[in-house]
Amino acid sequence: MPKIGVYVCHCGENIAGAVNIEEVMNYAKTLPDVVLVKNYLFMCSDPGQDIIKQDIKEGKVDRVVVAACTPRTHEPIFRDALESAGLNRYFLEMANIRDQDSWAHWHDKSGATEKAKRLIRSAVAKVTFAEPLEDRYGDMEKSVMVIGGGVAGMFAALDLANMGLKVYLVERQPSIGGMMIKLDKTFPTMDCSACILTPKMVEVAQHPNIELINYAEVDAVKGYVGNFEITVKKKARYIDWDKCTGCGVCTQICPARVPNEYNYNMDQRRAAYIEFPQAVPKKAVIDRPNCLYFKSMEKTGKPACQICEKGIPPKGIQGCPADAIKFDDKDEYINLKVGSVIITTGYKVMDKSHFKEYSPHSKDVVTAMEFERILSATGPTEGELKRPSDGTKPKTIAMISCVGSRDERYHSYCSKVCCMYMLKHARILKEKYPDIKLYLFFIDVRTAGKDFEEFYVYTRELGVKVIRGGRVSSVDVKPNGKLRVRGFDVDLCSPVELEADMVVLATAIEPATGTEELGRLFAATCGREGFLREVHTKLYPVETASKGVFLAGCVQGPKDIPESIAQSRAAASAAAALVIPGKIKFEAIIAEVDREKCSSCGVCVPLCPYGAIKLQEYKGKEKAYIEPALCAGCGVCASACPSMAITFHGFTTEQILAQIDALAEA
Amino acid sequence: MAWEPRLIVIACQWCTYQGADLAGSLRYSYPPTVHIIRVPCSGRVEPEFIAEALKKGADGVFIGGCHFGDCHYKEGNYKAIRRFKLFKRLATDLGVEPERIQLEWISGSEGKRFAEAMTEFDAKIRELGPNPLKGGANV
Ligand SMILES: Cc1cc2nc3c(=O)[nH]c(=O)nc-3n(C[C@H](O)[C@H](O)[C@H](O)COP(=O)(O)OP(=O)(O)OC[C@H]3O[C@@H](n4cnc5c(N)ncnc54)[C@H](O)[C@@H]3O)c2cc1C
Ligand code: SF4
Ligand code: SF4
Ligand code: FES
Repeated sequence: MPKIGVYVCHCGENIAGAVNIEEVMNYAKTLPDVVLVKNYLFMCSDPGQDIIKQDIKEGKVDRVVVAACTPRTHEPIFRDALESAGLNRYFLEMANIRDQDSWAHWHDKSGATEKAKRLIRSAVAKVTFAEPLEDRYGDMEKSVMVIGGGVAGMFAALDLANMGLKVYLVERQPSIGGMMIKLDKTFPTMDCSACILTPKMVEVAQHPNIELINYAEVDAVKGYVGNFEITVKKKARYIDWDKCTGCGVCTQICPARVPNEYNYNMDQRRAAYIEFPQAVPKKAVIDRPNCLYFKSMEKTGKPACQICEKGIPPKGIQGCPADAIKFDDKDEYINLKVGSVIITTGYKVMDKSHFKEYSPHSKDVVTAMEFERILSATGPTEGELKRPSDGTKPKTIAMISCVGSRDERYHSYCSKVCCMYMLKHARILKEKYPDIKLYLFFIDVRTAGKDFEEFYVYTRELGVKVIRGGRVSSVDVKPNGKLRVRGFDVDLCSPVELEADMVVLATAIEPATGTEELGRLFAATCGREGFLREVHTKLYPVETASKGVFLAGCVQGPKDIPESIAQSRAAASAAAALVIPGKIKFEAIIAEVDREKCSSCGVCVPLCPYGAIKLQEYKGKEKAYIEPALCAGCGVCASACPSMAITFHGFTTEQILAQIDALAEA
Repeated sequence: MAWEPRLIVIACQWCTYQGADLAGSLRYSYPPTVHIIRVPCSGRVEPEFIAEALKKGADGVFIGGCHFGDCHYKEGNYKAIRRFKLFKRLATDLGVEPERIQLEWISGSEGKRFAEAMTEFDAKIRELGPNPLKGGANV
């Protein structure tokens, strides 16, 4: 038989002013299993808590009901009091007779008093069925994996490494840097992108706590928060990176030329290549499908080319001076243990080929990302503005916004950065070539952001034509090679038609290829549009559905660099707060399956929003099992199990039914 | 003595329960016929809770959860609303008016709305009269 003690708080006058304490106490004494009832002016004060502790220590009570304010603020305080007196901290229930009683019914003293009695009756009923629960602690691996080495991933890695944590930064490409390194200048400050990013790339590579794993992808994931076991696949490079000095000899003598994806195929690279001049690490790789050695080996079994390795001796051309070529290189799989993960795999831009109405076959119609490369000093034209079709200098350029964004046929969302980078492109061009004619077609101009509106006003003042209206209806190639652009101007309320030498399409930002698959490996879910989803837009913006897995940057949705960095540093601090203590607390208020009762129906498995439930073999049958580390304590499974096999600790069915009975009865 | 309704509110701890606390601290009043049972999420509510409450004579049951998109556990409130139809049917099967079961999203910042919703709920149940299964609790 439990021995329940009821402690009624006056909260000064806050409760006692509306509730007749004595009447309530006399009533509480009549409740089943209640062995003593006491009151105090402020139960939460030290002397108040001492009253409870004393009774526990003397063995008078072994279950406690505190009738006072709200458990939301005070439950932890009284739980600690129980624990310090040697009683299980979950043998406590609070009756909220202040916030939900005396305050709300201040002018109805007898109503408030009667309600207080019933609330206490409900708490007593619930505590009668309380079970002793233990918060559990698991070991936490003190390391973090950051996946994606764009600007977001780099900042997260640096912050974590500076806090003394071991960081593995996994990047799919040969070099880190992501999309930002491809940009020419960046709004709103117009810094040169490479100039501000390359020093950070070097810092990442040289940091003693960061292990850079390039040209690699996550292959498999086991475990959960605190103890993820991750298999990373390092793709074969066919060049020994321990020996490669980045001299670039192979990238010059390799005879196999292929379109250069880094510049969106606007120029060529070799099969042996360094991704871009400022690559970090500056190491070469061989692109196997295009390499003549591998092609010939597959066909004839004899090597047709080994120029990168051996050079062309008759011509006096030397091969790799570092002896780094390694045709027998293999994919390598490495296993890493980390406590937490941050996903920062960024975005890709839509290809122009989707938009038949804009003449994608014309070389002079380019995407905005391609245009960034054209403007960039490291791009295919070394920063010189040239028409891709004939190399002449364009006199008129039209830019079209929202291509694939805010369009039911493709993506309903706004890609957020396009309005600003279109203005940026206009500004770069106008400042360099004041005579150039620029027509910017917008649905409407969205420049909400710090210093953005000023940027817009300044750019317009440079003489850029902004045309607001619906969508541009078509871009056609005229017989003279020029492009005819047709749209509508809402301000003039008339159709517009103009001739341009080049057209730039602000194509939509999309999640990087493989985002959904990567998310699935970690049980982190994506939204409808395929971006990784945060747990709660407002309260948990960097947490994913999977505990211990965080996100930052464009993998969560389109955003600019300042926002990506802010989010990545937030994710780093959230991950650090989790990892640094070295232990992880698993709440006792979670669900548990009684496998004897489980009928193996599997109903609960897909219900859990955290993927905590799986069917596991138990006594020769598949039975549900809830992984305590993953359960977040929502209770959904317990209320759905048709066999009543799931107990939701802290809010058991038995406890809630007892409360209902206590409240419903006369 | 005159009949007074006995109302049970099953409130999500992240929203409606907080909304009730806020109503109190702002001193918005509502009838003391309302009694809250705290649950972790509106998705925790079982059909059995509703059946038990009605059978034991509660005159009305109100489920309070977070607005869509705000559920602390992502989609517990969607699960609650799906079950809500079942709850209503369950009431009908027991011979109780389905309007005695109500569900609403009230956030932790909506103290005023909580008080209003409770006042409306109380008035509605008074109109319906005592739970036919028990004739209400005579206070
Ligand atoms: C045309 C254009 C112009 C822009 N101009 C500006 C500007 O002027 N100012 C501004 O503030 N913003 C600008 N932006 C936005 C800016 O590019 C982004 O905000 C920023 O690059 C986002 O960084 P990120 O790290 O989130 O993603 P990313 O830069 O995309 O980096 C992601 C990284 O993850 C890697 N990766 C992807 N998948 C995997 C995987 N499965 N495993 C391992 N690694 C993976 C990628 O290779 C990449 O290195 C522009 C965008 C566009 C399209
Ligand atoms: S819902 Fe219940 S019976 Fe069905 S698998 Fe889950 S625990 Fe077992
Ligand atoms: S209580 Fe919620 S989080 Fe825990 S196992 Fe059940 S459904 Fe999953
Ligand atoms: S947390 Fe409030 S309804 Fe789910």
